[in-house]
Amino acid sequence: MSTAYPTTWRKPPQMIQSRGLRVALAVGALIYLVLAIGTIEVNWTRVVAGMERGQRFVAGFLQPDFTTRWRDISNGLMESLTMTFTSTVVGVLISVPIGVGAARNVAPVWVYYICRSIIATSRALQEIIVAIFFVALFGFGAFAGFLTLTFATIGFIGKLLAEDIEDIDEAQAEAIRATGASWLQLINYAIQPQVMPRLIGLSLYRLDINFRESAVIGIVGAGGIGAALNTSLSRYEYSSAGAILLIIIAIVMASEYSSGYLRKWVK
Amino acid sequence: MSVVSAETPVWAHRTPRKRLLLWAGWLACVALFVWCWERMTQRTIWAFVWDAPTAAADIGSRAFPPRWSYMERLWAPLWDTINIATLGTLLGIMMAVPLAFLAASNTTPSRLILRPVALFVIVATRSINSLIWALLLVSILGPGILAGILAIALRSIGFIGKLLYEAIEETDISQVEAITATGASQGQILTYGIVPQVLPSFYGISVFRWDINIRESAILGLVGAGGIGAQLNSSLNMLAWPQVTLIILVILGTVVVSEWISAKVRHAII
Repeated sequence: MSTAYPTTWRKPPQMIQSRGLRVALAVGALIYLVLAIGTIEVNWTRVVAGMERGQRFVAGFLQPDFTTRWRDISNGLMESLTMTFTSTVVGVLISVPIGVGAARNVAPVWVYYICRSIIATSRALQEIIVAIFFVALFGFGAFAGFLTLTFATIGFIGKLLAEDIEDIDEAQAEAIRATGASWLQLINYAIQPQVMPRLIGLSLYRLDINFRESAVIGIVGAGGIGAALNTSLSRYEYSSAGAILLIIIAIVMASEYSSGYLRKWVK
Repeated sequence: MSVVSAETPVWAHRTPRKRLLLWAGWLACVALFVWCWERMTQRTIWAFVWDAPTAAADIGSRAFPPRWSYMERLWAPLWDTINIATLGTLLGIMMAVPLAFLAASNTTPSRLILRPVALFVIVATRSINSLIWALLLVSILGPGILAGILAIALRSIGFIGKLLYEAIEETDISQVEAITATGASQGQILTYGIVPQVLPSFYGISVFRWDINIRESAILGLVGAGGIGAQLNSSLNMLAWPQVTLIILVILGTVVVSEWISAKVRHAII
């Protein structure tokens, strides 16, 4: 007597094996979707009125106007670029000691906790919220933006640098320690050569991010090209806004390619 | 017999020429920094900067304690914020997945036309921050959470698309060949050869992006795109610092919870 083998084959589920759980998840997702989509209120007359604006925006994007507002645009761009560079330099300079302090294998416990909490604070707060506070404290303009980006850079570079130091090849550190090196010599001869290429790579990457962010924090008054963009949008000058967006995209693409190239070269 | 002369060359890591170049490079960097600093601070009013510690102490004294009773008016915007992030992520995924298959060099139907176009869309949407998208969409669609959802979705396309097409390009070719050898059609090769391989990273990427989107949707309200940021904006405009403190605490709490969820899910998948 032969057992009846199934003649058809169904692809087994890949992620969740239990059938009940799968059904429950699907039902839950469906209920959530219905509830969530129900909260969307759309004012259709406003949307129809806005569509005309949308068309003008697309037209402005296709025929960008660089000349009329060129003074504002170039000022904003200059502010953004200088802000990006200075904040990356200062941020990296501050984050190096913090990153070293946040690496468990080279720092004592109390320094480790202090540095880790600085990094956690800087990473938890979004740039925009920090920018709002710095604008309130230091006044409108690029200086508040510079401080915001510096603050954000500390968390980013500090965390990645600390992880990198924790991942180093301990044999080199051991060899340097065996020569009777002091702590500073240990950092200089065992740690620094191992993490330097990566630190340069990270700094370039952060330069890239800082430029993108500098385009955003201008919206809350921290200077830069974001301020110019905000102004042109609130004046409904879509062709100038299109020009600014194209400039941002071009610079981001250029910096992405060149930083990728530089990072390869540094390695 | 050799005599050690006094001029034994001292060992150095770099040749003099290289050292000179290195120093010139550093000098150029410092000069650039000084110049940038001068340009940037041209219009800074230093009186405000020196005044900052007093201003900080002043705001700090007004911001504490947070006004807890305001919480009852924050639940609805918080729910909106979560919806913006979730629906935006879903919409972004829907647009990013086809784009990723078009952009991956091993699945793209046309290497000459569609792939560069898809790559351009991915880079372009990634370089514009969601806040800028929101600014545009609010001026087109009017304020409300729809603009926020679309802004999040557009920003997510680039992120998910990039990571997903890299995952597709890294798939193991031998599985695809095995499926091809059975005489499978193009669609079957995709579903049986490639999709099972990229599914775990797809879920990982989506949850990761959802976590980032929660962060971003919390501030979209600053430009009118709904969510808890709108409350933050009005509290800031009214200088109601105790409310601002509470809102920032709520945002921080939401971010921490979403990060925890995303870490748990990614840990379970991978």
